[in-house]
Amino acid sequence: MSRGISHAHSIVEPGPLSRRIAAAVVVVYALVAMVPLAWIFLTSIKTPPDSISYPPKVVFKPSLEGYCNLFTTRSRQTQDYIDTLPPPSGTCERITRERNMVVVGPSNYAPRFVNSLVIAFGSTALSILLGTTAAYAFSRFKVPLRDDLMFFILSTRMMPPIAVAIPIFLMYRELGLSDTRLGMILLYTAVNVSLAVWLLKGFIDEIPREYEEAAMVDGYTRLQAFFRVVLPQAATGIVATAIFCLIFAWNEYAFAVLLTSGEAQTAPPFIPTIIGEGGQDWPAVAAGTTLFLVPILVFTVLLRKQLLRGITFGAVRK
Amino acid sequence: MAEVLLSGVSKRFGDTEAVSGLDLRAGDGEFTVLLGPTGAGKTTTLRLVAGLEKPDAGRIHIGGRDVTATAPAPRDVSFVFQQYSLYPHLSVYDNLAFPLRAPARRLPEAQIRARVEQVAELLRIGDKLANRATQLSGGQMQRVAIGRALVRRPNVYLMDEPLSSLDSKLRAELRVELKRIQRDTGATLLYVTHDQAEALTMATRIGVLDRGRLVQLGAPRDIYEDPVNTYVATRLGSPGINLVPRSLFPGVAAPAATVTIGVRTEHLRVQRDPAGSGRVARIEHLGDQNHLHVTLADATVVVLADPDAPLAVGDAVALQLQSPLFFGADGNRLRH
Repeated sequence: MSRGISHAHSIVEPGPLSRRIAAAVVVVYALVAMVPLAWIFLTSIKTPPDSISYPPKVVFKPSLEGYCNLFTTRSRQTQDYIDTLPPPSGTCERITRERNMVVVGPSNYAPRFVNSLVIAFGSTALSILLGTTAAYAFSRFKVPLRDDLMFFILSTRMMPPIAVAIPIFLMYRELGLSDTRLGMILLYTAVNVSLAVWLLKGFIDEIPREYEEAAMVDGYTRLQAFFRVVLPQAATGIVATAIFCLIFAWNEYAFAVLLTSGEAQTAPPFIPTIIGEGGQDWPAVAAGTTLFLVPILVFTVLLRKQLLRGITFGAVRK
Repeated sequence: MAEVLLSGVSKRFGDTEAVSGLDLRAGDGEFTVLLGPTGAGKTTTLRLVAGLEKPDAGRIHIGGRDVTATAPAPRDVSFVFQQYSLYPHLSVYDNLAFPLRAPARRLPEAQIRARVEQVAELLRIGDKLANRATQLSGGQMQRVAIGRALVRRPNVYLMDEPLSSLDSKLRAELRVELKRIQRDTGATLLYVTHDQAEALTMATRIGVLDRGRLVQLGAPRDIYEDPVNTYVATRLGSPGINLVPRSLFPGVAAPAATVTIGVRTEHLRVQRDPAGSGRVARIEHLGDQNHLHVTLADATVVVLADPDAPLAVGDAVALQLQSPLFFGADGNRLRH
């Protein structure tokens, strides 16, 4: 809109100096925010001795040992026994033998990671499904006690979810939902659905009813109009909401520690349990954390356009 | 094409009665214009016919079929909204094709293409078909919205101030175009506007609404020349009809109960007369005509005058009425 007159002095558009200052602030903030992430990544490619050396090493010889330790279980053997084995079949085997150990089998990291994926994406999908339909109903229909119901839905977020951890723990034990993926999906959905309803209602309120009404007059049923007209226009809002839900479910730690221990354990409670010989295996922990960041990163980068448009909450909508 | 019949239809939103006891017949093949100010119930009436609102009382028939409780889709009507009706996520082509792709009455794609192109040609948006709907100007958007109604051959076209967001030149063009399309296709059209030029030029019949009631229904000429009350009389005419106290024209033969005399600007003859009771207060030059503002006692009347008339501000004038209308204390028309 204002692009055509960008050479003119606009009182709304920032000038070149303010732009530069803003950019500098953003860059500094990004650098500060990136330090822990960079540290985690660097630790993940250090050897265990390098990872705990003091002063910390910034220059070091990178090693895949952390990643190998993350994915394997190992046992210590005598040099004589190791000499009797055939030559190492892969990088990890070789690194392990340098430490006088052999790979016994895979670790639990991969299945825990899969649990995290299933539970986080499953609960996000369910939250969005319930949230979209509920938000549409609240936005378009005369729901009795609508304001009270909306407040009730919001009120479920007014205390920290972990406050009800003990009752949920007992309920889940009775219902046989402890340490099941279904149980965790339901739990995270229950927490996220209030956020989803409120965010999505805002987005759907912004879509003029005339769109659906036009479709309904043109021969579509309400449900068809919902799918053909409302959903495409709510897409940015749905994506933004989905990212919020996913981030919560992906990062959730407290309930996961409490309610999962084996079958359905997610990655967050698993990562701190990675123990090496004589203490925490920091490179393996860092490797687990680094890989754990990847899905959210990919999801967010892929959908960043929708996310950016979405979190302005329709303010710049035409 | 079909006739639309509303009998005793009422609709209330909370405390406001948008439509009350409305009886209206829009004849088959007629261009019926609903005229009234904001809040008169025009849009609600259209929405009731479309099925977007359910009446609290009364029946609605389309083509002889009682559709009072029918959902919008099976009523087979087309609706042009005042705004907002283009889907921003679709191209112009897909917007126009949208009604033809409705699951209820889906056409083969080839037929859809033919219809869409024909309508786009008619509305001169043929070169815009590939654009996204949001890349159009306001006028183009509204033409697409009208086009989306025209691609179908519904029982009734319903249009809610479809031209109000257009500039005056395009509005005048589309007015003629819509009227031509309606005449050529013999479509039944129910059209809402508060623009009297649209009402006068396009309507077969005009229905004047006041606070949810139909005050008068008739041919444009009748509404203009023969209004039933002051409300209808003031709806048409620009500048509006002069309503003056009966006492200002004691010499006019009027029914005994007359309180107000209504006289249109073109029905006043003005003559310079030093003994006249009027005084020219202001002259508006509009090129082909002049509007004289004449003060008469404490009232002002507007008179349509020849631009060459040798009159100046401050001149004393006498006014002569031709075919004045007489209204009683309640605003209703009195006849001899």
